[in-house]
Amino acid sequence: MTRTGSPLGRRVLLGVLGVVVLAAIWELYKALGPATGVVIGDLTVLPRTSDLAMPHVWDMVARLFRPVRSAGDDEMMWQAVLQASFFSLGVAAVGWFVGVVVGMVLAIFMQRFRTAESALLPWIVLSQTVPLIAIAPLVKRWGSQIEIGSFSWENWMSVALIASYLAFFPVSIGALRGLGSPDVNHVELMRTYSVGWWATLVRLRLPASVPYLLPALRLAAANAVIGTVVAEVSIGLRGGIGRMIVEYAAAAGGDPAKPWAPIFGAVLVGLLAAGVVALIGLALARYRRGETPA
Amino acid sequence: MSTESSAQNQPIASTGPAAVSVTGVGKVFASRKGADVTALEAVDLTIAPGEFVSLIGPSGCGKSTLLRLIADLDTPTSGSIEVFGKTARQARIDQAYGIAFQQAGLLPWRTVRANIELPLELHKVGKAERGARSSELLSLVGLADFADKYPDQLSGGMQQRVAIARSLAESPGLLLMDEPFGALDEMTRERMQTELVRICAETGAAVVFVTHSIPEAVFLSNRVVVMSPRPGRIRDVIAVDLGRAEGRGEGLREADSFFEAVVAVRESLHGEAAGAPAARGVDQR
Repeated sequence: MTRTGSPLGRRVLLGVLGVVVLAAIWELYKALGPATGVVIGDLTVLPRTSDLAMPHVWDMVARLFRPVRSAGDDEMMWQAVLQASFFSLGVAAVGWFVGVVVGMVLAIFMQRFRTAESALLPWIVLSQTVPLIAIAPLVKRWGSQIEIGSFSWENWMSVALIASYLAFFPVSIGALRGLGSPDVNHVELMRTYSVGWWATLVRLRLPASVPYLLPALRLAAANAVIGTVVAEVSIGLRGGIGRMIVEYAAAAGGDPAKPWAPIFGAVLVGLLAAGVVALIGLALARYRRGETPA
Repeated sequence: MSTESSAQNQPIASTGPAAVSVTGVGKVFASRKGADVTALEAVDLTIAPGEFVSLIGPSGCGKSTLLRLIADLDTPTSGSIEVFGKTARQARIDQAYGIAFQQAGLLPWRTVRANIELPLELHKVGKAERGARSSELLSLVGLADFADKYPDQLSGGMQQRVAIARSLAESPGLLLMDEPFGALDEMTRERMQTELVRICAETGAAVVFVTHSIPEAVFLSNRVVVMSPRPGRIRDVIAVDLGRAEGRGEGLREADSFFEAVVAVRESLHGEAAGAPAARGVDQR
């Protein structure tokens, strides 16, 4: 923790300021930009400034406080978005957790056996090149065949599984580096204590891996959220942010501010996920002493 | 090296097995290109319980390698090593020695106290007993007020004192030290040497101490083992008779006997160039 210099209040203020600046740039371009957008050759590099393409920021915010369907007496938009956000966050959390466990187990296994590292690492890297769209239907199909006793595979589990598929990667790579980070000095000290591999892992390698693990956990959280939102769309899981984005996009013609509501929801999910990891980092502050700014 | 002459210089001539007994030890490091490097050749050395022995010599003379062999961090290619009558491996498993390296090697996430307690914790010593032992060691190395600090809050000299306390945690009969003061400034270094003499006198442990510094070796040791490189072997063993450890204070550094011993070690180190090589293994005084 190297940037504890600025007090919390100041950091919050700067965060808010960032959002305000972003909104100001949006409105500024909307006011001053050409109505047809900026086009180079046949390529549109900046969008058209019509209300349809770029609704006013205040319209987007105001839309949150009107019912979901403009005419009806539905629940408020923000309520629906919040509900969907927490649904997605829950699925992403399950995916994150599974991904972290799998990633850690893989890293420990690779650390323990050199041959396992040579055998597994290329496949782990390769696994991330498979497009999500390709595996989503497969996972859904395989899952639907699982039925053990009263347990049956549900669609949300497929989504969580895909989220974990994206989440495990940074964890396994980060943890592998972290587990190998202790000095020869420390490893030999453990040897002079004639303690086994397990004690060395628990007392030395795991604590030493924390500074490498935390950025990996943050990446994993971001990946899990993205994985969840995209998998919700490709598997067709109802109730989450991903599905909501697709549904509301269809309404953009008559209600241009509407599709922005679930996008705000997705941002919220990402922020919450990052916040949880930051809390984990605080809890593990003891293991981050002497951490050098990256 | 005659055991008779070295026995005269030991504080207490105790019965039982030697603290360290190195017999005909050689170490060859196989390199990838087939050119093997002989790090040690035909090394014989016996260290009595409670004796302080320094290993000194130019880089590449195998002094650290010898220490690592005694610690069973490496295995000799030939010959045998016994520590308190046991094989080096068994001695390591039985925790017969404590070790300190040039880097203090403290775990940054543990407090000073928790670092000292690490070996005890790993060997399932009860909490109350651990606490009592670490308090004892903290006052022995003069860091009682720093028990709850973290290593990054300490100076280099303090960190090294914690490392020494840690190496003493299980009351070993033998301390292995590989240039523990090598990274310290001269002032701190001399203070640490005085401290170490006192600590050794209080604990009665035998010490094998690797160093580059002639005054350091002379000040600390009962005997100084001078080694020569390529291949690493013992050139000379020089007994230093500076009196019982308890009597060694700062004044000793300016005493004539101290200078004489320093000269003897220096001449031995540069011996062959001077054209008067000393007979190997015979004490020079």
